[in-house]
Amino acid sequence: MKEKLLSIKKEAEAALRSASSDLEELRVRYLGKKGELTAVTRGMGALPPEERPAIGALANEVRAFIEGEIARLKAEREAEAKAEKLRAERLDVTMPARLPAVGGRHPLSQTQRDMEDIFLGMGFTIVDGPEVELDYYNFQALNMPEGHPARDTQDTFYITDKILLRSQTSGVQIRTMEKTKPPIRIISPGRVYRSDEVDATHSPLFHQVEGLVVDRGITMGDLRGTLLAFAKGLFGENTRIRFRPHHFPYTEPSAEVDVSCFVCGGEGCRLCKNEGWIEVLGCGMVHPNVLRGCGIDPDVYSGFAFGIGIERVTMLKYHIDDMRLLYENDLRFLGQF
Amino acid sequence: MKLSYRWCEDFTHVSDIDPKRFADRMTDTGSKVECFERLAEDIENVVVARITKIEKHPDSDHLLVCLVDVGEESPRQIITGAQNVFEGAVVPAAKAPASLPGGVKIKSGKLRGLPSDGMLCSIGELGLTSHDMPGADNNGILILGDEFADKVGDDIREALLLSDVVFDYEITPNRPDCLSVIGLAKEAAVSFDRPYHIPTPEVPPVGDGDSVENYVKVDIEAPDLCPRYCAKAVKNVRIAPSPLWMRMRLRALGVRPINNIVDITNYVMLEYGQPMHAFDYGCLDGAHIRVRRAADGELYRSLDINAEDTPLTSSMLVIADEHKPVALAGVMGGANSEIRDDTHTVIFESANFDGVSVRRTSRAMGIRTESSGRFEKGMDPENAMPALLRACELVRLLDAGDVVDGVIDEYPGKRPVRTVKFEPDRINAFLGVSLDRDYMKNILEKLSFRVDGDTITVPSWRGDVECMSDIAEEVIRMHGYNEVETTLPLMRIAEGGRTERQRFDEELHSLLCGMGLWEATMFSFIGPRSYDMIRLPKDDPRRTSVVISNPLGLDTSVMRTTALPSMLEVLSHNQNHKNASAAMYELATVYIPTSPDTLPDERRVLVIGSYSSGDFFDLKGIVERVFMFAGVSGYKTVTVTDEPSYHPGRCARIVREGEVLATLGAVHPEAAANFGLSGDIYAAEIDIDRVFGLRETHVEFRHLPKYPSITRDFSFSCSEELEAGSIEEVCIKAGGKLVEDAVVVDVYRGIQVGAGRKSVSIRVTLRAADRTLTTEDADKVTEKMLRALSDELGIALRDR
Repeated sequence: MKEKLLSIKKEAEAALRSASSDLEELRVRYLGKKGELTAVTRGMGALPPEERPAIGALANEVRAFIEGEIARLKAEREAEAKAEKLRAERLDVTMPARLPAVGGRHPLSQTQRDMEDIFLGMGFTIVDGPEVELDYYNFQALNMPEGHPARDTQDTFYITDKILLRSQTSGVQIRTMEKTKPPIRIISPGRVYRSDEVDATHSPLFHQVEGLVVDRGITMGDLRGTLLAFAKGLFGENTRIRFRPHHFPYTEPSAEVDVSCFVCGGEGCRLCKNEGWIEVLGCGMVHPNVLRGCGIDPDVYSGFAFGIGIERVTMLKYHIDDMRLLYENDLRFLGQF
Repeated sequence: MKLSYRWCEDFTHVSDIDPKRFADRMTDTGSKVECFERLAEDIENVVVARITKIEKHPDSDHLLVCLVDVGEESPRQIITGAQNVFEGAVVPAAKAPASLPGGVKIKSGKLRGLPSDGMLCSIGELGLTSHDMPGADNNGILILGDEFADKVGDDIREALLLSDVVFDYEITPNRPDCLSVIGLAKEAAVSFDRPYHIPTPEVPPVGDGDSVENYVKVDIEAPDLCPRYCAKAVKNVRIAPSPLWMRMRLRALGVRPINNIVDITNYVMLEYGQPMHAFDYGCLDGAHIRVRRAADGELYRSLDINAEDTPLTSSMLVIADEHKPVALAGVMGGANSEIRDDTHTVIFESANFDGVSVRRTSRAMGIRTESSGRFEKGMDPENAMPALLRACELVRLLDAGDVVDGVIDEYPGKRPVRTVKFEPDRINAFLGVSLDRDYMKNILEKLSFRVDGDTITVPSWRGDVECMSDIAEEVIRMHGYNEVETTLPLMRIAEGGRTERQRFDEELHSLLCGMGLWEATMFSFIGPRSYDMIRLPKDDPRRTSVVISNPLGLDTSVMRTTALPSMLEVLSHNQNHKNASAAMYELATVYIPTSPDTLPDERRVLVIGSYSSGDFFDLKGIVERVFMFAGVSGYKTVTVTDEPSYHPGRCARIVREGEVLATLGAVHPEAAANFGLSGDIYAAEIDIDRVFGLRETHVEFRHLPKYPSITRDFSFSCSEELEAGSIEEVCIKAGGKLVEDAVVVDVYRGIQVGAGRKSVSIRVTLRAADRTLTTEDADKVTEKMLRALSDELGIALRDR
């Protein structure tokens, strides 16, 4: 009997070792109700009682061995099958991606939004106004009466004697001051028009962001501080600013503002023409005549105003060398931003 | 305006300052230097020389071998081809190795076998013209006069006063006083804290009993346009070239020397900023100068070479004699009184004219001159007399004629002296600085303001200074704008942030970009032809636009009332540039005229355009997404066959309560072709202002369905004309509240259905909120829907 059990074990071991073996079939053959091992254990009753424990133990050992081998091989084969499935599912991940169709904002809009966000963070409000504007709001209320020489520097499109295409968004500031009591803290982004022929650096239509702050005790230091904060927000934390005296009829004192070159940091490079500085802003303290014209007492209130060209900043930022690209809307261009 | 170191030196000493530093500091104090140039920088090793001996070159019939004294121990042998040299001639000689303008290098060499140790120079080789060096032979060597005889060996740049540094300024319109050497010299002196001195011109009387009154009488008949008119006479005029120093100063500032009298007027204009004019007295009829408005149609011819007789208008101011205009006041002299070589007596005019009038005249006549450019900005009438006297002083200095005693000074427009209160505390508070009162006073006094206690007297030439902030600017520009410490405003909190509309627009942009559309930025003006191109009929109200009276061209002459043409333009650009597909949008402003005296209605429209990016239903999907985003519902899609810009069979409007919210469709092939577009072009125009007005921002949560739905599909055979949308509509209406959705899922056309007919399949989803629907419930609803379809649309279930 013992020999029988050992030969079953040996035989089963050989059968299981064969790679093509059907595990279920072998299980039935040895361990099933009519299996060989079962048949042997059934015959144990015929053994003398003193032999039974030893043979029983051996039979159990053989059963455990076969069961264990079957389970082990089964797990092994399942793992292999899973691995094989994964292998079969392999992709060449270096093949090109299928991009989802998305569009994008125009670079000018992106720059405008960047600027807006900085001022919104400082508590400013964004105010819109008409592009087709009264001469009064574009010039007269800004301390530029008819015949004022400064009108010459802005070649303006006229609709009638009294109506024009705004050459700056400053009219929005006047409209705001007429309606609102200080404190005033606004920016007015938008389209402006000047009769320049289209070329690489000129366009009859371009975009500006102008800003206005009016309250008691506003100083030129505040103007400098606000613009420094803005410049850092737009061009980076290490940006410095430089004021140069200038003249605008609606501000006094007036200044042009340079920012330290955001490419070379002021060392001098191609972008800043080795100056280390780039002119980007015009600004000044609101002229008392302008405040007075809007019903704000310049002896009580003071304020500052500034303006920046969105095209200019966009072109500087991306090194765009031809302004016309901004209005052609070529997708090969728009897709770059 | 330009300033040269040499000229500036007459008034203040600054030429020792490095030009770059000079330019930077002047820019920082408010006189912006655009650029500067070192004149004659490229001339090196060229000296005044004397030719001591000339021999013919043995191997050439045109070369001359000269021995030249260049101030060295022994003379140099220099060979020249020029034939105008002679022994004893004083000439410029380049001593090899030498440099000349244009990067020319002169080296020692051999000419036809004989050594030549330099080059004798012509005016051209020194970068000069015959205007700079009157009488010089253009093709020969420059023969210098005997006055150079004792300068042999001297650097030619010094001998001919060629070397100089010239600064080019951008002068702001508020500072016309800086359009002068004196004005800029003063600014420079104050900027560098150097002393300056402006000499008073001296014209001692001759005492021969002659007087300007014997020559001319001046009447200002339009005192509103001519605040001041000063004149002096010069007799026995001796027209000749100006001296070298004057020619070189004029040249440095970009003015071509002509002759002594003309040069004096230009010199004084540059030095004092005051435009001058010189009349030939012999051409003045009636010994009378009348400053008057022109008669309408009166003819005038400027002294410009190509000028023709031009009619004037009564708004223009002229200087006239008894009979005729002799100058366009402040703009240009007339051909009829121009200084000529035989001019014997000259009347110098130094006057002040109204800037607005000069500008209008100059514009109307299309003549812009140095003079008109200055008057336009508003000149100081006080400056007229010193300038006139300076001109006469120069006449004496140059011996250009005999200055007649006496002066004419008609001055109806004398301005009161302006004073401003001196408020150092306010200035400090305004600027955010704390400067000393005396420090401010010192700056102001150096800038010619007089400070007495609390009163500042403004100099006559500073018409721009009117109030505290102007004084503050004077102080801070000299102190330094960049010295002001940066602070942030201390302000009350105000409601900042984007408005609801601005947020709506921002989110709309994100939605559109997320749907694959690219934002375009297009011009707001178009040409009237664009309306033809999108096939608008002649009487279409959209053709009424805001018209620009002075457009750049016809194609940019009207403000758009529709953004469709610009969009088609952009699509066309992309298609022409071989971009395979395009889907774009602009949140565009359109300008709807109201009345001629009022501002137009500026409205925002969302225009979308595409090619090769899906079909009509993709576009419709984008449009509906926009409505969903805005929370606008209850709209209907209506078939449109008569929208001229769109395909008559592929156009729809989105309508809500009678209001059109959007138009969309395939662009009419003819319109597309007009823009050079081919293939199917799709466009939509959405009235985004209206959509914003209808938006529903309040969202209320609905419970998720607890009970299952029942779905039923039906197919109908119907005429091709029947719109699928109406089947959905009838089903939803007839089915009642159990209908969750009814949507067309398939349309089939084929032989089985028959010609002119189609089979429409619709899927109806039924659900109750409070129970599981039974088959009986569904049957009941189905029956209602089928009856309604039969009654209202005349269609029945397709036979299976």
